[in-house]
Amino acid sequence: MSEQQNDVPVTGGNNNSIDNNGNKEQYSLNDDRRVKILSPGTLVAKRFFRNRLAVTGMVILLIMFLFSFLGGIISPYKQDQKFYREDIQAKDYAGVIHNEEFVYTVADPDLFKGPVQAQTLLNITRGNTSFSYNGWDYDLEKVDDDFYVVSVGGQVVGIASKELVNSSKAGESFSFAFTQAALLAHAKGETSFQSEGTEFTMDEDGVIYNAGDEVGYVSDYIIRPLMNDVFFSRDFKIQLIEAVEARETSFSYTYPDKGTFDYILSYDAAKKMWNVKQEKATRVFDTYSFPSKEHWLGTDRNGMDMLTRLMYGGRISLMIGFIVVLIESLLGIILGGISGYFGGWIDNLIMRIVDVFYCIPSLPIIIILGAAMDAANVDSLVRMVYLMLILGFLGWPAVARLVRGQILSLREQEFMTATEACDISVSKRIFRHLIPNVIPQLIVKMTMGLGDTIITEATLSFLGLGVRFPFASWGNIINDVNDTFVLTNYWFIWIPAGVLLLITVLAFNIVGDGLRDAFDPKMKR
Amino acid sequence: MRKYILKRILLSIVILFFVAFIIYALMRALPTSYIETMARQKSMQPGSKSFEEWMAQLAASYNMDKGIIPGFFGWLGSMLRGEFGDSWRWTVPVVKKFHDTVWLSFAMGSVSFLIELLVAIPLGIIAATRQYSKTDYAISIVALAGISLPTFFFASLMKLVFAVKLGWFDLYGLVGRNYNQLSSWGQFLDKAEHLVMPIIVLVVVSMGALMRYTRTNMLEVLNSDYIRTARAKGLSERKVIYHHAFRNTLIPIVTIVGASLPGLFAGALITEQLFSIPGIGYASYQSMVSGDIPFSMFYLMFMAVLTLLGNLLADILYVVVDPRVRIS
Repeated sequence: MSEQQNDVPVTGGNNNSIDNNGNKEQYSLNDDRRVKILSPGTLVAKRFFRNRLAVTGMVILLIMFLFSFLGGIISPYKQDQKFYREDIQAKDYAGVIHNEEFVYTVADPDLFKGPVQAQTLLNITRGNTSFSYNGWDYDLEKVDDDFYVVSVGGQVVGIASKELVNSSKAGESFSFAFTQAALLAHAKGETSFQSEGTEFTMDEDGVIYNAGDEVGYVSDYIIRPLMNDVFFSRDFKIQLIEAVEARETSFSYTYPDKGTFDYILSYDAAKKMWNVKQEKATRVFDTYSFPSKEHWLGTDRNGMDMLTRLMYGGRISLMIGFIVVLIESLLGIILGGISGYFGGWIDNLIMRIVDVFYCIPSLPIIIILGAAMDAANVDSLVRMVYLMLILGFLGWPAVARLVRGQILSLREQEFMTATEACDISVSKRIFRHLIPNVIPQLIVKMTMGLGDTIITEATLSFLGLGVRFPFASWGNIINDVNDTFVLTNYWFIWIPAGVLLLITVLAFNIVGDGLRDAFDPKMKR
Repeated sequence: MRKYILKRILLSIVILFFVAFIIYALMRALPTSYIETMARQKSMQPGSKSFEEWMAQLAASYNMDKGIIPGFFGWLGSMLRGEFGDSWRWTVPVVKKFHDTVWLSFAMGSVSFLIELLVAIPLGIIAATRQYSKTDYAISIVALAGISLPTFFFASLMKLVFAVKLGWFDLYGLVGRNYNQLSSWGQFLDKAEHLVMPIIVLVVVSMGALMRYTRTNMLEVLNSDYIRTARAKGLSERKVIYHHAFRNTLIPIVTIVGASLPGLFAGALITEQLFSIPGIGYASYQSMVSGDIPFSMFYLMFMAVLTLLGNLLADILYVVVDPRVRIS
């Protein structure tokens, strides 16, 4: 500091001031008021602000802080708010099978089992009218080519038919007697039939009415729902079947209550089935959407707003940087201060510890611990705390060396002899009188250390071993670039984060450089 | 002098001893369940030894059944005998994997280091001789940008521009698709081509520090009395700078360059991983993230030895190169 005292410029200010009475007052040459005295701090500030590059760096840092800490508040979105978009997706809706096989309706489950059904089919193709199976004699009564009734001793046990009776209401099935009567009526072309004491009518399309109400219909198409909770109305089925028979590839249907939907028809030869796909708007995560008015920098892999993530990421990156630098500076100042002040064996011991810490490969160790924490599924927040502690604990030796070196030379100076003469306690001597003189170098070191820490943290987060989702950090935002598709196609995912990282670290380094020049009067221009 | 060097070497051995202890203690602090899970996973790989065999080997070489202190001495002994066990991730002995990978890293490191020297030192000197000129500012900003550039971001940018947009290089790997069909010269060229981007990344990211170091030292020399004398003698500026100043600037530079020589074997953890260059950095990164304890431990020790060697070299060179330094 002594050098800076010589440096105080005698600014010739305004030596003729006018007092209240309007009289010109002349200051004498050795009047203190004539001389404007600048404190060392002001001098440093002056020198710093003369350095245009350093000021630019300062401004960039200021903008970064505002961006990160205020941005999160101003941004309309939250850090982990996910966005959705409506996506038209064709989903399997129904399958239509034109029934060319016999379908069996069972009246007596014991006498009309699977093997008997097979026998029935065999004997239908052979043209037999009766067969025996398992000691029972079955009679085959042919109503028409597509409809056979199977009975044992006059008792009907089942029906083999290529047509089916479908219910008009969801989840309702018909009794055997009704099915038989309906199929019989349809095969014979009758317009009415009776079942269980009720009179039903049937039109030429096979629709069955009970006193004007539609209850079901007979058809040789099977329409199976491929989606949950889907029921096909008769009208829908008729239109669908018409479209299928016309071999159309698409059709649309207007529901009375839901509006019009578009369907895509395709024939699956292997399954002998028409696939009906419904074009449905689905809510999906708005992932990797390009920059737009709502999302200035698009959205990321999870459908979160990129700009907001960047703001919160900056907050975490900067905060981790500050905390880590604080930890390492504290440890470094204490150990370096003690080491430099006491010298001798204490100094030797602490410096050997510093040497040991220098040799510990920090990045590999953090990677190993990160992998172990991965395996243990450590919570993201806890992980972040560990990360800061590890980085801080491995980073202090450099600070300790700096502080020790400075103190070694400072403690030989006269003001330290004075503190000894005044009988000031040792801890006060170190931390009140020696350390403050190291502060300039420390500030420079810390500023540059901030940049380094931010890079280290970003690198670890980039590798997936540092800050983890749901927290954002500039490093883990860029992480997506590991996916070559993102690297190639979605510049807005990783370039903004990288640029922010670069200019922030650059600004810290420039400011550190500027501060060093400002603190060191020898570097004065 | 000999006494000094001997003292430094002995001190380095003591430091290495403690570093080894810390590394060993860290390994022992890992949850056993984690180690077992990883070993079990890796033992499923083709060509690997059985899980029991590995665990037996691990217990034998790391003395897992003993306390930390006796276990450490046992481990130190087996390490001194060169017994590092088998790598779980690579299913070959650790030493063999090391041999297979380290030379590639060394070649890559040497080339980039050479380029770095050729670029950084001249630029640093130019910046110093024209202090506060536009050139100085430009060089300083380039140097600072190099220091501030995160490796992974720069590598991604390089990939986007040169591999995706221009298509000059492959995105990943050391060899191209038709490597096996090439002649031996062609194979060499193929490998060299794949190393271009990683080497550029390494050079750009690391040259900033050396550039600034050169500049600072050159400035210091230029401000010294004997330079003033040289100028006062009426020597040409050329002669002053390249004859008197440069030689003196070389002293600290030689020291720092010598000290970074061992580091050439260390490989580039991040860069090799990003470009999938199968060097020691890539191998150890893969080992570390997949919980391959034997290889990771070997790598940690290897790194510690390299750092120590670097410091040792720096200490020795400092005394040897500069005739003004006298050991008291």
